[in-house]
Order: sequence, then structure tokens, then C-alpha cells
Amino acid sequence: MEKLLTVEGLNARFGQHQVVTAASFQVAAGEKVALVGESGSGKTVTAQALLQLNPDVALSGSVRWDGEELLGVGEKRLRQIRGRDIAMIFQEPMSALNPLFRVGEQIAEGLSLHLGLNAREARAEAIRLLARTGIADAERKVDSYPFQLSGGQRQRAMIAMALACKPRLLVADEPTTALDVTVQAQILTLLADLQRESGMAVLFITHDLNLVRRFADRVVVMRGGLVVESGEVNTVFANPSHPYTRELLASRPERLAEAPESSRERLTARAVSVSYRQRTGWFGHRDIPVLRDVSLALPAGQTLGIVGESGSGKTTLGMALLRMLPAQGDIRLDGHALDKLKGRALRHARRDFQIVFQDPFASLSPRRTVEQIIGEGLALHQPHMPADERRRRVAAVLQEVGLHQDMMPRYPHEFSGGQRQRIAIARALVLRPKLMLLDEPTSALDATLQKQVLQLLHSLQRKYGLSYLFISHDLAVIRAVAHQVLVLKDGRVVEEGPAEAIFSQPRHPYTRELLQAALPPS
Amino acid sequence: MSVAMTPGRRVWRRFKGNQRAWVSLWLFGLMFVVSLFAEVLSNDRPLAARYHDQLYFPILFQYNETVFGGDFDTPTDYLDPFIQDQFARPGNWVVFAPNPYGSNTVNQFASRPNPAPPSEDNVLGTDDRGRDILARLLYGFRVSVLFALALTASGTLIGVLMGAIQGYFAGKTDLVLQRLLEVWGSLPELYLLIILSSLFNPGLWILLLLLTAFGWMGLSDYVRAEFLRNRQMDYVAAARSLGLPNWQIMWRHVLPNSLTPVLAFLPFRVSSAILALTSLDFLGLGVPSSTPSLGELLAQGKDNLDAWWIALPTFGLLTLTLLLLIFIGEGLRDAMDTRKG
Repeated sequence: MEKLLTVEGLNARFGQHQVVTAASFQVAAGEKVALVGESGSGKTVTAQALLQLNPDVALSGSVRWDGEELLGVGEKRLRQIRGRDIAMIFQEPMSALNPLFRVGEQIAEGLSLHLGLNAREARAEAIRLLARTGIADAERKVDSYPFQLSGGQRQRAMIAMALACKPRLLVADEPTTALDVTVQAQILTLLADLQRESGMAVLFITHDLNLVRRFADRVVVMRGGLVVESGEVNTVFANPSHPYTRELLASRPERLAEAPESSRERLTARAVSVSYRQRTGWFGHRDIPVLRDVSLALPAGQTLGIVGESGSGKTTLGMALLRMLPAQGDIRLDGHALDKLKGRALRHARRDFQIVFQDPFASLSPRRTVEQIIGEGLALHQPHMPADERRRRVAAVLQEVGLHQDMMPRYPHEFSGGQRQRIAIARALVLRPKLMLLDEPTSALDATLQKQVLQLLHSLQRKYGLSYLFISHDLAVIRAVAHQVLVLKDGRVVEEGPAEAIFSQPRHPYTRELLQAALPPS
Repeated sequence: MSVAMTPGRRVWRRFKGNQRAWVSLWLFGLMFVVSLFAEVLSNDRPLAARYHDQLYFPILFQYNETVFGGDFDTPTDYLDPFIQDQFARPGNWVVFAPNPYGSNTVNQFASRPNPAPPSEDNVLGTDDRGRDILARLLYGFRVSVLFALALTASGTLIGVLMGAIQGYFAGKTDLVLQRLLEVWGSLPELYLLIILSSLFNPGLWILLLLLTAFGWMGLSDYVRAEFLRNRQMDYVAAARSLGLPNWQIMWRHVLPNSLTPVLAFLPFRVSSAILALTSLDFLGLGVPSSTPSLGELLAQGKDNLDAWWIALPTFGLLTLTLLLLIFIGEGLRDAMDTRKG
């Protein structure tokens, strides 16, 4: 029997650049298929090719929808299929929703276009759909603008929009990647419920194997534009036949941190608070607390994992501890008070504590060479160092992070995300700091790269006795590297302690919820 | 592995790929370089002369008429038929510049009434005071372009500095400076010029000063916006966490990434500066009549509509210059657009 969707020998190219080569897979009615791959593997291009959404891509091969060939079928017919038979939801709900229209209007648009409902019927249906996707108070939210909704609510609204015309296939392109773990779990449950209810098929695109295992019936693994493996989820996960699939499955971070030896405290903080001043009216203002009375201690050579959802104050805490933000409280590094330092003294002290940022594309100045980027700190803190000695140090630190010294005269845009993150680590490392703040250092990286970077960080820690403040929303990563864990919620510490204790016996319900969502018992 | 190319070099290569802009840049550069040698090309003092077995270089040194057998101990007028006769004698010779008139030379011995139409004496004719149009154009072009470059440079410098300070420090600094800017910007520039030109005769320097004082404001807004955006970037936080002082962060990290609008606007600023000087001269608020200027020529053209040879070449030169600058600017703007290959 003909499957609902059959893709055969699909090729996609941007100009001269082939991004998908001879991809073939099928989706049966009511089936949940996951399309897995790292960034650049061509999974999104493949998904967009089904509806020919990207006009810059030249396609060849065959895409058959219910027996009908879609490639070259003409824009008019495609418009009938788009949204009605095949609906899509996107990764970033903020940019996928039009910010100038109310959510209800955007849902109603598809309803009146494809089903011919009038305005009142469409509105009623929009409210019903929003309520069905779990948005509380749908009657009122239907008149909200996208910016007035939270990330989870926006993704629910997107799903409501996609479901409006009861499509037979839902293409979900990384629908949960931009969301917090607990919200991720809710959205996934919602999608599974809706799928069961309506019997539609779902093509689920993701880089997260955890989600595949939880959600999909069948999996298609892509790499470099090629489909390398496909089959039942259970079979593929238990018995991966392609080496890449094995690598991908093995890239779940394993525990790297050893049992901590007792050592002296490196960083201690007592009652650190941060608040933002918001202006009210012309002269008045009020202080909005974002961090309240956080105390912590980090021994030398150990890692403190800081965990929490977006908006919990993780990054604020890190920035406050490193004096990048004004804060109250007592902060000491190796017994010296950091919070009293100002101006020149603070700038001199900064060589002892460095930061690695989340986004390696934003954290390297695009108009400076790798050598300039890494050597800058040396030039500043050791101004009497001769230039060739500085060059030698930069070359050595590049080698240390696994890059070649030939890369020194090159510019950041020539490097991949993983390489850039290594450059950022080298920039911090070259000063031989005592403490490094790692602000989601692996979140922007693919799973295999993520593991490599974690291993690099771990070996550097052992070699130099570095202390890490490791901020992450990814509990698997924290479990891999942290000796101590601090759980933040709404700017307060809800739980703290040794990593093993937190992961095996979480006391606070919020910690339990986080663990449940992120690391389901397999 | 691709060859390492700086972002700047990629912009340059894209610019070279744009044929119209590339040719415009060459043509404009050529015109400018030629005008820099105006003294050699158009001068009422000969380049070299031989008189009574002695070499003279009147273009470099001033000789009085008595040197060449004249009666008066005054600077030689080389257009004087008597002097020319002296040089025509056997053994003597003289080499004039291709166009034997300076910007303010009046041929006292001309055969036609002024303004004189084009003839073999004056290739483009003369203006109503008997000065050679070609010489006026050559010198006027040079004054215009030099003035425009100086005005652009000073305006850009101040604009970038103010924008950088406002954008980088933001907050109260920005608030206060922005209010000052609004007050400054609402001063009527043209009235000030009229008032000043009635108080004293404005030379090029005073005009430069005045136009600079008002000309930087448009640019500082763009630079401010770029700095406001770029100061939020992680690489600025990274630089701060290295312990870099503010001015180094501004100079090394934020500024190079904020220059796109500045560079893209440069040619347009040059062309608008040329236009500003020309219009002021046209209105009679600009430089004194002794300074060769395109605006003054246009004003003469308006006063002597029947003397088409005044207005037409001036208009042509001005149009060509502005057009070339706009083409260059367009090419630069497209080349800066990183979304293109």
C-alpha cells in the first residue's frame, strides 16, 4: 500500500552547494517518525523540501504525498496542501508568529482560508484549539499578541495554528529546542496526546536523542545530507548498524567528575543579591530583585553546577560573582574580597577569573584574528612579555585546546561552532586563571562536539586545578561534570549539595520535577 | 582550506566586482590627482624660460619685469605682448603651462569683451571679469574636493567620537548628550552663516569650522545605534572580563564592528559637502570671489545667461563629480552588505 508520504532520492542544493543527497524515507498514516541529525546534516532542508518552503533551494528527486507527486506541482496546488494536509511548526515560536497580529487572528487565518469559516466561527474554533493545546484562560489569550505569551504558550499557540485544519501530517522542526526542560516535557506530551486523538502522522525533527526515544515510533538518521540509517526506534537504539549512529548514541555525556578530594575553598559568596532598577514615572523607581541572598562555596579544582530554567537567575548569579554586574553581598576569591575592588584594581584582578560564553558565534569579535583574540589578555596583563614569547604562548594554548597553531592568523568566521568554543576556552585559559565561569558552554554545540568540549574542560581542570562555575539548563551535562550542584528557582537557591546526592535523592519538589523532565528513567 | 581573508578584504573584493563603482572610483581619483597638479597645468607664470642665456623658472620664483627688459620694478605679467616679444627673440624661449592662465588671471590684453566666448585664447571662454573658465574650473574643483574631504574627515571624526561615547556608556551619559545634541541641532545653521558672513568675510577655514560644527550630527546617531547594539555582544563582555579598560574595548572591539554605516556614508558625505560649499558660494555666503569656486561660477552663469560657456561646463563638472561619488557610495554600500557572497 502506498504510504502517506514517500520521499525518494531527494536532492537539495543551494547554488553549487549540495546539502541533501538522495534522501529516501517514508511516513505512514498515523505514524510518528523522528528525523535525527546534527546541525548541518540537512534535516531542516529536507523537511522544508516537502512543502517547497524555501525558494532558494533547488530540488530534484521525488516527494509523493498520498500518491501525488509534489515536486514541480505548481504553487497553487502546494498552497492547498500547505497548512491543510501538511502543517508545520517551527523551532523558534517568537519568530514564527507575526508579532503584529493577535494570536487568535493568526489561527483564524488558516481556518477561514482552508475551511471557509466566517470570522465568528473561526474565533470560536481558535479558542477551542488554544484550550485544547493546554493554554489556560484561552478566551482571553486569544486576543494576546505573541510577545505577551511565554515561550511555552507561544509554542502551544503555534501547535494550535498547525492543528487548525486537522492536517494529516504534522512536520515539527525542533519544536522544543528553545524551551525549558519542564516545558519541553509538557509540549511533548501534548503532541503525543494530539497525535493519538486525531490519528495524524508526525514527522519530528530533532537533534535530541532523548526526545526520539520518548516520542517516536521510527527514526531516520541523517548526516552530511545523507540518510545513514532508518528503522524502528527500539531496534536502532538497541542495535545501531551505522558507525555514526553509534557515535551519536554514545555521545550522551558520561560522568567525568571524580569524587572530590577535600581542598581549600577557592570562591566563597555570602548573601549575594542582585536587583534591577525599574523606572516608574518621571522620578520614581523600584528595585526588582532577580537574585536573593545566594550563598555558595567552590573548592579549588572542583566544579559547581548551577541549574535552573530560563529566568531563574543562573547567568545573573555567574555575572554577579565575577563582578560583571553590580551586586550586594560578600564575594571572596582565595580569601581576597572581590566585592570591594574597583576600577584599575578590579581590572588587574580579572586575570584570575575568566568567562566562556554560551554562543561562540557572538563571543569572538569578528574583525580580529585568533592570535589577536587569544593574545589580547596576555598583552594586557603581562605588557612586558616580548611579542614572540606571547606568540609562543598563544600557539601552546591552541594546542592545548586541540587546535593547530596554523590557525592563528585566521578569523572567527572561518571556524565551526565547536572550534570557536575551543578558541573561547583558549582565550580564557591563556591567562592561567584560578576560576572559570562557563555559561552554558555546550548548549550551542551538537551532541558529539558537546562531549568533546566537556572532556577538554575536564582534562584542563585536572591539569591546572581550575575551579569551574558551570551554568547549564541541561542536567545530563551537569551530572557529567559537576562536583557540587546548586538549583536556582526565581532567584533563590532551592537545593544545593554534592552532585551524587542531588541526582540520586533530590529533596525539593522542583528539583525532582527538573530531573523527571530531563532525565527520564530509561 | 580557504585562504584567510579579513572581512575588510572581502568587502574590497566585492567592491571591485562592481564595475560601475570601480570605474567611478578610478575616474574620480584621476580627476582629483590631476587637479592636485593644477599649478603645472594651468598657470599664468611660465614653467621655464630662457632669457639672455640664463634659465628662469617663473613658476617657482617671482621675477620682476626689469629682469626681462621691462621698465617697471613690478612682478612680470607674462601675458603682456611686450614680454612675449622679448621671449620671441632669437636665443630666448619660454614654456607656458598648457593653459596659460591662473585662477585669478585677468588678461589685460585680451581682444574680446568679457565674458568672452570660447576661442583659441581661452578654450572655455572667460567669465564676466575676464578670468579663464577652464582655470577656474580646475582650481574650483580642487578647492571643492579638498574642502569636502576635510569637512568629511572632521565631521566623521567628531560624529564617531560622540556616537561612540553615547552608545558605549549609554544610560545617563547618553541621555544628557542626546538632549544637548537636540538643542545644538535646532540652531538654524543657515541664519548663523548669514549673520557671520555679514560680520566678517568668511574664508574657507571659517566655513569649514561652521559646517563641521553642524555636520557631524547625522552620523553620530548611526554610530550611537551601532555602539548600543554592539556593546551588548558577548565579545564585549568577554573583553571586559579580561580586564580591558573601556577605551581599549571601544577602540579595538566595538569600533571596528560599528564602522559599516560610517564607511557606507563616506562618499555621500563627500558629495553633500561639495554641494554645501557650492550652494553657499552660489548664494554669496561662501568664500570670497578671489577663491575659485564652482558655486561662484554657477552664480555668474545665472547672472550672464547668454554666456552659456560659464554655466554649462560648471554644471557638467558638478553633475559628473556628484554622480561619480554616488556610484562609489552605492558600490561601497552594496559591498558592505555581508549577506552578499
